[in-house]
Amino acid sequence: MTDPVLSIRNLTVDIPGRYGTVRPVDGVSYDIAAGEILGVVGESGAGKSMAGNAVIGLLNRPAFISGGEIWLNGQRIDQLRGDTMRRLRGKQIGMVFQDPLTSLNPLLQVGEQLTETMLTHLDISKAEAEKRAVAALDEVGIPGAAERLNSYPHEFSGGMRQRVVIALALCAEPSLVIADEPTTALDVSVQAQIISLLRKLCRERGTAVMLITHDMGVIAEAADRVAVMYAGRLAELGPVRDVITDPSHPYTHGLMASTPLASRGKARLHQIPGAMPRLDAIPEGCAFNPRCPHARDKCRHDPRPEMGASNAACWFPLVGAEVL
Amino acid sequence: MLAYIIRRVAQSALVLLIVGLVAFSMFTFVGDPIDNMLGQERTQEDIDRLRGQLGLDQPFPVQYYKFLENAVQGNFGVSYRQGRPVSDILLERAPATLELAAVSGLLAIGFGIALGVFTAIRRNGVLANFIMSASLIGVSLPTFLIGILLIYLFSVELGWLPSFGRGDTVDLGGWSTGFLTESGRKALILPAITLGLYQMTLIMRLVRSEMLEVLRQDYIRFAQARGLRERAVNFRHALKNTMVPVITVIGLQLGAIIAFAIITETVFQWPGVGLLFINAIQFVDIPVMAAYLMLISVMFVGINLIVDLLYFTIDPRLRVDGKGGH
Repeated sequence: MTDPVLSIRNLTVDIPGRYGTVRPVDGVSYDIAAGEILGVVGESGAGKSMAGNAVIGLLNRPAFISGGEIWLNGQRIDQLRGDTMRRLRGKQIGMVFQDPLTSLNPLLQVGEQLTETMLTHLDISKAEAEKRAVAALDEVGIPGAAERLNSYPHEFSGGMRQRVVIALALCAEPSLVIADEPTTALDVSVQAQIISLLRKLCRERGTAVMLITHDMGVIAEAADRVAVMYAGRLAELGPVRDVITDPSHPYTHGLMASTPLASRGKARLHQIPGAMPRLDAIPEGCAFNPRCPHARDKCRHDPRPEMGASNAACWFPLVGAEVL
Repeated sequence: MLAYIIRRVAQSALVLLIVGLVAFSMFTFVGDPIDNMLGQERTQEDIDRLRGQLGLDQPFPVQYYKFLENAVQGNFGVSYRQGRPVSDILLERAPATLELAAVSGLLAIGFGIALGVFTAIRRNGVLANFIMSASLIGVSLPTFLIGILLIYLFSVELGWLPSFGRGDTVDLGGWSTGFLTESGRKALILPAITLGLYQMTLIMRLVRSEMLEVLRQDYIRFAQARGLRERAVNFRHALKNTMVPVITVIGLQLGAIIAFAIITETVFQWPGVGLLFINAIQFVDIPVMAAYLMLISVMFVGINLIVDLLYFTIDPRLRVDGKGGH
């Protein structure tokens, strides 16, 4: 296997505050290869978006990368600052945001926003940039792309706007795309279109994708591998089939069991008891132990478990536990 | 778009008509100018003759109609005090006020926007915080006090700049300008700062808070995530979005600059329409007061009309009949 496009090693993000420092991302490691889609799932506040923001260098102050390494195409990028980091954004790392209604500048035509981005990163003429802008809109499936260059964002529907956002994220041909909840704000009927578009474009170009979502359906449909995050830590990491059908971590198991599926009929949904701990009150030992049905003394007192051969950060990984 | 313009113009006309009624009412309800115009030794005959000459003996609606008819033609009657046509006096005085207002307006807008953007981008910087604190002075000190302080410092103590008047002016086809002579330019500095300081701090604080709001928006984050240069993010993306509410306020403030010029003109004895108005009040010179009122309201209404049209050029979402659609 070739070297991964993105390689995160022991990434830790800290937010210093008046009442002490909290750690929304705690020792997370994963790789994404070219053309691969890694789904990152977890509840709100699990640190999945924070990790994505750390990679693209857009952590909101006072949050900062306090440990670990981020490698992109063999270059270490977690220590880059200012203009050097800016040049990577858009050019090597593209980002798609959650809400297409607010992520486009309402006062600039979409063509202007596209050419502006390309002219910033690529050494091409304005005419060439405009030609490529038409091609980019055409590629994401916007009908009449040449005429729509002069349209303003409000003249597009939500789904169409997310297509424009994807065109913008990909227009300088980055090798990594971070898609942060790209379908959450969209109608269900449009979600599948956007996901398959994202998958198609990235497969064609060999772009690595970090797909951040809390929607297991989206993961099952699009991702090759999946990283499950809980309380800032990686709970489980593995090929999507294995994780979905045969989860090793009790948290993943609970998560899968609480996903509504048509095949389950009208049976009551499973619930994981309790709630994810606040960042300033993460329990000793395994962070999941108070909610875990299989927790033993070791889980409560020993230092937190590391990722083992089972792909799960658990002292007693489940074996062959079928999801209901 | 055209329908919108027509509607706005019609509204403006209505506003002017009402202001006209107020201005005209002064003739009937504020004092009797005849008392002032004729000396102690007057006869009833003199009074009646003058009343007839000025048209003050006719019924109210007739007088109002005549007033409007004349006003539209720029004829506001004869000044009770100076005995000359009001329009001549206003035309003579207007350049002084307009030049003063233009310079203060440009100062206020230019420095206001620049400092607002600066304090928003460097919101934690020492200099930005200093400017913000200093701006409180501009917001809270009354205009006349600023004028007096400036006169004290730059005219009395340092002796750099004149404390009153317009300096030498050059007549350009009926427009007397102070821009072309050194003494004219020097005389303009203190009044322009006095008049513009409040507006400048107001614009600056508004631009800053609007800009901070815009910088929090998703599209700014997306622009940063696309690796656009900081300058492009701040000015192309953020400032443009900041301008929509700012332009509204700037429009209103420009009108206010002309209206509030009264105080500055009084402090600096600036020979403009504001000073004319103050003198007219002391003398109950109603034609001058009415004409001044009309002039100011025409400017306010005109500026607001321009501001409304500016929205269209800035914000595409308001162009209702634009192409495309959902």
